[in-house]
Amino acid sequence: MSDDKVDTGRRHFLSVATTVTGVIGAAAAATPFILSLKPSARTQALGAPVEADISKLEVGARMIVEWRGKPVWIIRRSPEMLKALPAMDKYLRDPGSEESDQPSYAQNADRAINSEFLVLIGVCTHLGCSPEFRPVPEAELSGGGFLCACHGSKFDLSGRVYKGVPAPKNLPVPAYRFIGPNNILIGDDTGASA
Amino acid sequence: MSGLNTWINKRFPLDKMMKEHVTEYYASKNLNIWYAFGVLALVLFVNQIVTGIFLTMNYKPSAAEAFASVEYIMRDVEWGWLIRYMHSTGASLFFVVIYLHMFRAMMYGSYKAPRELVWIVGMVIYLVLMAEAFFGYLLPWGQMSYWGANVITELFGAIPVIGSDIVELVRGDFVISDVTLNRFFAFHVIALPLVLALLVVVHILALHEVGSNNPDGIEIKENKDANGNPVDGITFSPYFTSKDAVITIGFLIIFAAIIFFAPTFGGLFLEPANFEPANNLKTPEHIAPVWYFTPFYAILRAVPSKGLGALLMGLAILVLFFLPWLDKAQVKSVKYRGYYYKGALALFVISFVVLGYLGLQTPTPVGTLMSRIFSVIYFAFFLLMPIYTKLDKNKPVPERVTFEH
Repeated sequence: MSDDKVDTGRRHFLSVATTVTGVIGAAAAATPFILSLKPSARTQALGAPVEADISKLEVGARMIVEWRGKPVWIIRRSPEMLKALPAMDKYLRDPGSEESDQPSYAQNADRAINSEFLVLIGVCTHLGCSPEFRPVPEAELSGGGFLCACHGSKFDLSGRVYKGVPAPKNLPVPAYRFIGPNNILIGDDTGASA
Repeated sequence: MSGLNTWINKRFPLDKMMKEHVTEYYASKNLNIWYAFGVLALVLFVNQIVTGIFLTMNYKPSAAEAFASVEYIMRDVEWGWLIRYMHSTGASLFFVVIYLHMFRAMMYGSYKAPRELVWIVGMVIYLVLMAEAFFGYLLPWGQMSYWGANVITELFGAIPVIGSDIVELVRGDFVISDVTLNRFFAFHVIALPLVLALLVVVHILALHEVGSNNPDGIEIKENKDANGNPVDGITFSPYFTSKDAVITIGFLIIFAAIIFFAPTFGGLFLEPANFEPANNLKTPEHIAPVWYFTPFYAILRAVPSKGLGALLMGLAILVLFFLPWLDKAQVKSVKYRGYYYKGALALFVISFVVLGYLGLQTPTPVGTLMSRIFSVIYFAFFLLMPIYTKLDKNKPVPERVTFEH
């Protein structure tokens, strides 16, 4: 090949090779930066189970425990509250909790291990607000339940979502187990069963 | 001086740039007050940067200290209250100015050819500005900061399959936490201001390439004198710089009045719930974003489905990008358009304002119904635009710009 002739094939190959190498290099260089945005080892380690003492929880009342930065509710339901639950089915989107998130031992009519004590993650499945506890029946919540003030989602006293509201799923139930008659361990269900 | 001037100009195109963008940049002689909002946006941008730099000198971006450090700025730092109110009021007025600036473009058809890129770059600026405001709103670490950030980041969860991973990647935690606050601070004070500054330069360069529109929507470059300058044009400096200076002073008087007499603006600029420190276990009874997001928030709430609501909210903003191609009219300015466009534009403004109002209120059945009706009007303005702008009976456009003394 003479010196004064441009080898376009070679030039094209070099351009493509340089571009490809550059793009791969840029992608490789971007990877550690993007991965650094993920929850760090310390953040992940902070998710340890927490223990709740329910001895002072009155019938019909709710207590809030913090677990992984989220509010976990423990509601002690009265027999009347529990009796009203089956009648709610017709208002609900997912009465059987088939499309919602809960451990298998809480996928029952009362969504609980011990139906008296309801344990829920108090975070709306729509956009993450914490709904209000409305234990007394009212016009919009015929059996009592939870009302999310942010976007108007409604849940019954088992945390099951109403039809026609923005929240897609029932309030999630965390993994939990009873470690004594008055103590619940939230975030750990080793050995628990329905 | 002239020696120094020559020395510089041999090494840097100072005079050339001044001529091109200031002293010999021709704009139509009939520009009215609507054409001042670009300059006012620039003034506010500088205000946000300067006050922001001084706020970071005392602010602490950690969940444990953020709220108290803002109170410290307000009470103990000399003139700290003024600097912070300049920043918070400046943020709201930035959106007032940007919305009026965008409305001006819609009124006079400034997005139409050949200014499509000016409009698109402007829309990108608007998006980045919304992100900038959103990140900034978390920093005081009040109740509304916390729950507002919670709701908005949760929106990414509506994306199928990878949604929840993206939420985690944005938050850097399973919930909004100290980690989130720290990274939002980084985005708010470094990343996005740099991007904004760059985009503003691109926006102005794109504008100066094609030239400013005017209330008549006529291309002044099509009518030039013997020297090649537009007959209906006058130079940006000294004519518009002096006019803008007067308007800027008037604007700063209003700005100062708000800072001194109504810094929270009745809970609109600084929401009452944000005077309570963030509590991750309790959502305030009524949460609403700051006013400049509420029209889109009302659209989100109007839809009884998480995925669809988030999608429509995103589309409500994205659809604006397509304005230059949705508008089929041959004339630009509303002055020469027929009644269809005039009516549609009026309905659009009404729907935007009503949605903004509804987004601030607690959800009620009537409110939800109204939100749905006005969301439909909002989208109809864009989606039907190719039809009604084509059918519209426009008036003839004059050869030269109209100018009354």
